[in-house]
Amino acid sequence: MGVGIEVKDLNAWYGANHALQDINLNIPANHATALIGPSGCGKSTFVRCLNRMHETNPIARVTGTVLIGDLDIYKDCKPVEIRRRVGMVFQRPNPFPTMSIYDNVAAGLKLNGYSSRHVLDEIVERSLKNSALWDEVKDNLKKESGASLSGGQQQRLCIARALAVDPEVLLMDEPASALDPVSTSKIEDLIFQLKAQYTIVIVTHNMQQAARVAEKTGFFLNGRMVEFDSTDKIFTNPGDKRTEDYITGRFG
Amino acid sequence: MTRIRFQQSLENLKERLLVMAGLTEQAVQRAIEAYRERDLSICEQVSRGEIDINLLEREIDQAALDLLAMEQPMAGDLRFILSVIKINAELERVGNAAKSISERVRHMERMAVAELPVNIPRMATLASEMVRKSLQAFIEADAESARSVLTMDDAVDAMNKAAFKSLVKVMEEQSHLAPQALNALMISRSLERVADLATNIAEDVIFWVEGDDVRHHKSLNFGTEQQDKGGTTAS
Amino acid sequence: MRTEHKLRARIRALSDGAATGLAVLSTVLVVTPLVAIFVYLVYKGASSLNLDFFTQVPKPVGEAGGGMANAIVGSAILLGVGSLIGVPMGISGGIYLAEFGRGTKLANAVRFTADVLNGVPSIVMGIAIYSLIVVPQGHFSAFSGGVVLGIMMIPTVCRTTEEMLLMVPNAVREAALALGVPNWRSVLAITVKTASPGIITGCMLAFARVAGETAPLIFTAFGNVGRSVKLSEPIAALPLQIYVYALSPYDDWHRLAWAGSLVLIVLIVLAVSLVRYVTSRGVLKGAS
Repeated sequence: MGVGIEVKDLNAWYGANHALQDINLNIPANHATALIGPSGCGKSTFVRCLNRMHETNPIARVTGTVLIGDLDIYKDCKPVEIRRRVGMVFQRPNPFPTMSIYDNVAAGLKLNGYSSRHVLDEIVERSLKNSALWDEVKDNLKKESGASLSGGQQQRLCIARALAVDPEVLLMDEPASALDPVSTSKIEDLIFQLKAQYTIVIVTHNMQQAARVAEKTGFFLNGRMVEFDSTDKIFTNPGDKRTEDYITGRFG
Repeated sequence: MTRIRFQQSLENLKERLLVMAGLTEQAVQRAIEAYRERDLSICEQVSRGEIDINLLEREIDQAALDLLAMEQPMAGDLRFILSVIKINAELERVGNAAKSISERVRHMERMAVAELPVNIPRMATLASEMVRKSLQAFIEADAESARSVLTMDDAVDAMNKAAFKSLVKVMEEQSHLAPQALNALMISRSLERVADLATNIAEDVIFWVEGDDVRHHKSLNFGTEQQDKGGTTAS
Repeated sequence: MRTEHKLRARIRALSDGAATGLAVLSTVLVVTPLVAIFVYLVYKGASSLNLDFFTQVPKPVGEAGGGMANAIVGSAILLGVGSLIGVPMGISGGIYLAEFGRGTKLANAVRFTADVLNGVPSIVMGIAIYSLIVVPQGHFSAFSGGVVLGIMMIPTVCRTTEEMLLMVPNAVREAALALGVPNWRSVLAITVKTASPGIITGCMLAFARVAGETAPLIFTAFGNVGRSVKLSEPIAALPLQIYVYALSPYDDWHRLAWAGSLVLIVLIVLAVSLVRYVTSRGVLKGAS
């Protein structure tokens, strides 16, 4: 089951660049929450603070609190631990190029010490089914490499890989931006189904996508969160003029 | 400013709707004049004008549909296009009401002139003033002004009820004037419909400008406070 | 207007043909010396190749026959020791430079040192190891020969490893990290594995380079006419043997030198091909 995320006074820097300023928000459990905003507004940085990937940059710095469930992820545990509970899917599909489909999905488990063949088989099958890829690859699990699939399939493979470690939260950074409309629809349908088990946070440039999949939407601008509300309100009658200008394409 | 073409398209849509408004206002004025002057040629004009109104209604709907499909409008733009579609339909029905009135005038022509205890011209003035004001509110995106139209409806409703009572009395007591009375009653009802449609237009304007759905506020009396849906806004 | 177009098209076709011709000519020019050398070696050396060559040690001067068995085995041992020293150190250095020390002063120093080491003449290397190992030990040895070859392999292996690791897209690293895999494990199991074809190529390059080194071995392995395989004793090596024989006044030995040269080249080619074959079978079909 998914858990809720509480963010309090989050600030993040890249060196001297104050990328996120005083972010406060509550992301509800078992819902999809979309984050929209123009390029460079900080939404990707924000999401990377939720699984402590922001720190992989040597000049990165974070202050504030992020509570995932009851866990203060910056005080109570190490980055490696939180990343097992918070999965991430990236903008460009990035399956491990030297591994088969099976090994890709099992990578998170194998590299963390799980080796029971039987258990891995089961988890791989379940994950691929959950990401709507099982039927397309079940005959070639160990023969085909991850890189031989189409773009949309690769992205679903990455989703399966993230799901295999059984996270509670799934972060998706523009997961469909590199994909064609059919693959995009498949991914969106998938998000809809995944909501029941996971809490999903999706960063997207595509407002129609946010409108289609998310119950709540947050609008980021210049490192601040301008507005956070139910998706239908944001897109039919936003409270802040800046949100309205962005959504109607009237920026600048 | 980006999306210049889209902005132009919205302006075009607005202008077309205003042409539609002009045509329907003209139809209402003509129908009332035909009643006052008992002039059949004016009725003829109303009938011909009806065709233009119907054609324009279809054009506006098509243009709005295209914008919805092609431009993925959001927020204010979306509400604007939705209200254009609704106002379009309401104006067409105003045109229908004008046509009904002019039909009644034609019928009246064959009857003897009668003095009736109803002030049709006064009702007509009020009703068409409501239409004019609601469209002005649309042009200026003025929700305040639109709200004032809502209150004017009460007066017209009252006049219609009074007309009903007094005309029924005439029909009971002076049965030879029944045809004229019935005619007048139908005209009164058409005018009441015009006033209702004007309120609808005003409500659509308020929805567009404020995002507030104020329709049926009398029957759905859930209180005036807007429930906070749990949103947060930061400055 | 039409004729102008036609003329332009003609000129374009001609220059295209000329450029292609130039490219082919350049290729031929480059390949020709290689082919020529190889053909010449075959011509001069093949006739001296027989079973004896591969099984017997050199006979004393004046006696016919003999072979270079000891030199072949010796080279193999020296290259084995050298690889054992050079490859792990080089790869570890490359991994440090690319994955853990990026941008640090230490990494810059390491890289600089490797580049300098690369430029040191091989004979100077030999003399250095002579002073550092041979003199204290009091004798020449296969071990010291292996050490010098190993050290000479390090810069190539290290830099190639670093380059290949840097070519692994960051997306792959991020994917591993986002799964909660510790950094060291991600580096070894994923990044290094992804870059392994390139890293192996780097090792082969280093191997092929030191396989033919003669000068450093003069001061360390020294050479041996017998079948020694002990690390603590001087040992024969193909290039060394070829050098000695080629400079000698004896025809027999000259013939052996030619044969040895041919064998040396063929062995290097075989070794490299074998590694390529083995590693290409390990990589999955369909991976780009």
